[in-house]
Amino acid sequence: MSDEQQLLEEFTSKEYEYGFVTEIEEDRIPKGLNEDTIRLISAKKNEPEWMLEWRLNALRTWQKMTEPNRPNVTYHKPDFQEITYYSAPKQKPQLNSLDEVDPELLKTFEKLGISLEEQKRLTGVAVDVVMDSVSVKTTFRDELKKHGVIFCSFSEAIQDHPDLVKKYLGTVVPTADNFYAALNSAVFSDGSFCYIPKGVRCPMELSTYFRINAAGTGQFERTLIVAEEGSYVSYLEGCTAPMRDENQLHAAVVELIALDNAEIKYSTVQNWYPGNEHGVGGVYNFVTKRGIAHERAKISWTQVETGSAVTWKYPSCILKGDHSIGEFYSVAVTNNRQQADTGTKMIHLGKNTKSRIVSKGISAGKSDNSYRGLVHISKHAEGAQNYSQCDSLLMGDQCGAHTFPYIENKNSTASIEHEATTSKIGEDILFYFNQRGIDTEKATEMIVNGFSREVLDKLPMEFAVEAKKLLAVSLEGSVG
Amino acid sequence: MINIHNLHASVESEGQMVEILKGLDLNINPGEVHAIMGPNGSGKSTLAAVLSGKEGYEVTEGKVTFKDQDLFEWEPEERANEGMFLAFQYPIEVPGVSNANFLKEALNEKRAYQGLEPLKAGEFLKLVREKAKLVELGDNFISRSVNEGFSGGEKKRNEIFQMAVLDPEFAIMDETDSGLDIDALKIVANGVNSLRDDNRSFLIITHYQRLLDYIIPDYVHVLMDGRIVKSGGKELALKLEEQGYDWIKEEVGVA
Ligand SMILES: Nc1ncnc2c1ncn2[C@@H]1O[C@H](COP(=O)(O)OP(=O)(O)OP(=O)(O)O)[C@@H](O)[C@H]1O
Ligand SMILES: [Mg+2]
Repeated sequence: MSDEQQLLEEFTSKEYEYGFVTEIEEDRIPKGLNEDTIRLISAKKNEPEWMLEWRLNALRTWQKMTEPNRPNVTYHKPDFQEITYYSAPKQKPQLNSLDEVDPELLKTFEKLGISLEEQKRLTGVAVDVVMDSVSVKTTFRDELKKHGVIFCSFSEAIQDHPDLVKKYLGTVVPTADNFYAALNSAVFSDGSFCYIPKGVRCPMELSTYFRINAAGTGQFERTLIVAEEGSYVSYLEGCTAPMRDENQLHAAVVELIALDNAEIKYSTVQNWYPGNEHGVGGVYNFVTKRGIAHERAKISWTQVETGSAVTWKYPSCILKGDHSIGEFYSVAVTNNRQQADTGTKMIHLGKNTKSRIVSKGISAGKSDNSYRGLVHISKHAEGAQNYSQCDSLLMGDQCGAHTFPYIENKNSTASIEHEATTSKIGEDILFYFNQRGIDTEKATEMIVNGFSREVLDKLPMEFAVEAKKLLAVSLEGSVG
Repeated sequence: MINIHNLHASVESEGQMVEILKGLDLNINPGEVHAIMGPNGSGKSTLAAVLSGKEGYEVTEGKVTFKDQDLFEWEPEERANEGMFLAFQYPIEVPGVSNANFLKEALNEKRAYQGLEPLKAGEFLKLVREKAKLVELGDNFISRSVNEGFSGGEKKRNEIFQMAVLDPEFAIMDETDSGLDIDALKIVANGVNSLRDDNRSFLIITHYQRLLDYIIPDYVHVLMDGRIVKSGGKELALKLEEQGYDWIKEEVGVA
């Protein structure tokens, strides 16, 4: 077997590193979706009437919609009546110290190399752990409070900051935006809420680790970040999931609002169970992420995506204000039978708006990796500028990489640049490394890290380390 | 250093095994410089590939010992870490991996193999600067991706630079002189000459005796149709330059 062939085989048969299940008692409601389900969820969460109404309205909208057919991905459409829409750890959520956290949970984090203790001690990152829908633990709340920063679970925000939630919820991703956004709006379980007051630079990176835990539990996170005028926040989201046979649906909605002169950096490292090498199991990731940038505001999306069986995701920026900036930096790895259709939408509405897209796709095994990007320049977007770069790295010849850049330009003063490259890790390159004493596994890691560097560099330091580790882990043992 | 005895090797071409090396003998002692010349397609690069362990070649007969051990027992990276270096006829471009990163990894792998600690960043930089001077490559190329966008001559110089940093015991240079202008040729030759010592051996594959004006070989061999058909001293290269290969073909009776 040639080196390359072997590399592929092993890369392909690589077991899911983080496939384990945390045994925590759960509180769940019966399967299925109807108005009663919504009422039950809302009641369990002790929500005010307006929230229930908002959910019911979303459900009615959703019921009128049909699930869209995704271009370039094929999968078994979920049976929405077979999903359990609410499950929360039985354990009481309000904890003051790590000692009170279920040891099983702590063990899980240890396996992931991201124990809370370490996080707290070494990095000073406030961690809001979302474990199956309900926040188990929030730290550093006091430090943030000093600066007037609100960082809490979405449920708490509904209770404690209803005016803010009412004002912004659904303003960037309206309920009717798409099938999965509507579903999320109806049934969302929990998520994070973040508010940075005017002129405040958030004193620490805000980080949330999401986990999908219970079998057959759909996960419907809702995240809302509001950065008031002239404020700054960097938000980190990372996830891993236990090994599962059933497909797990994940349909999150993330809304970012950057008011005048504000900046939001949103970084994601995503490593959900991708299914086994035959394509069985794995998470379906249908996320709607969108931000709106007002005058001279800036929104950057950075993502490292290695997991999920099917990913369908286009973090987008609406550049509404003049001189606003949108950025998208992405590394997407697909392997085995994974399918990813990701990209971004940059909607230039304001004058002199700028966007930058750097997309790096790595395909291995029999996977399919598509970049789909839209750059829309409206009539009024005088002097808008876009730069897009889409690079694909193929490992072997059984995988696919596709690039679909869509450009809609309604303003002749705009400048749009698009570059694309495709390269292949071939035997010649690997042999060159081998001849210099570097084995194939290490060589692959170096090439992949090199290929992704531009994006990894955009991640906050501690996250970059984790992301590199993740890329390495997905490659580990890929060569015998 | 390396002892090649009756080496037969084939490559697969369109589903068939084609024998390229057909009983090649060559012995190189520590400190010796051997030059191999021969017509296009005679098997020179194939020899380099088989020795360094490239995939796709099958050794069907013969024996090679490297540092008194069976060469074929070792993986390509082990051969490298044992001290074998191949300067490629066509150096590979590696997008996204800097020269510095590539070399640091290579060097530290070798050190680990020898049971040594990785080199400290400062020491590494010092070493790299010193060796870069040897081949007159500017400092800035260190941070550029390996061979990416390098001119043909720069790629060849980069091979010699890597060789200087990795400090091999046995270096094979496959047409390192091809495509070099006369100044670059001198630079490369000086680089090699400065590395010559009693313990290091070289196998230099070339078409031009010109290189051998600068790197004076101990032996010159003619490789034809997969075998060493004639060996001699430096004067053999001169004669080949003047008269071509026909007279050898007649002498040894290969077509
Ligand atoms: N992978 C391969 N597949 C098919 N044929 C090959 C392969 N490698 C080498 N050959 C053939 O083997 C023969 C010897 O090739 P080789 O590259 O060793 O010649 P060379 O002596 O280095 O020639 P040159 O002076 O042109 O570099 C040629 O006929 C070549 O086509
Ligand atoms: Mg050759």
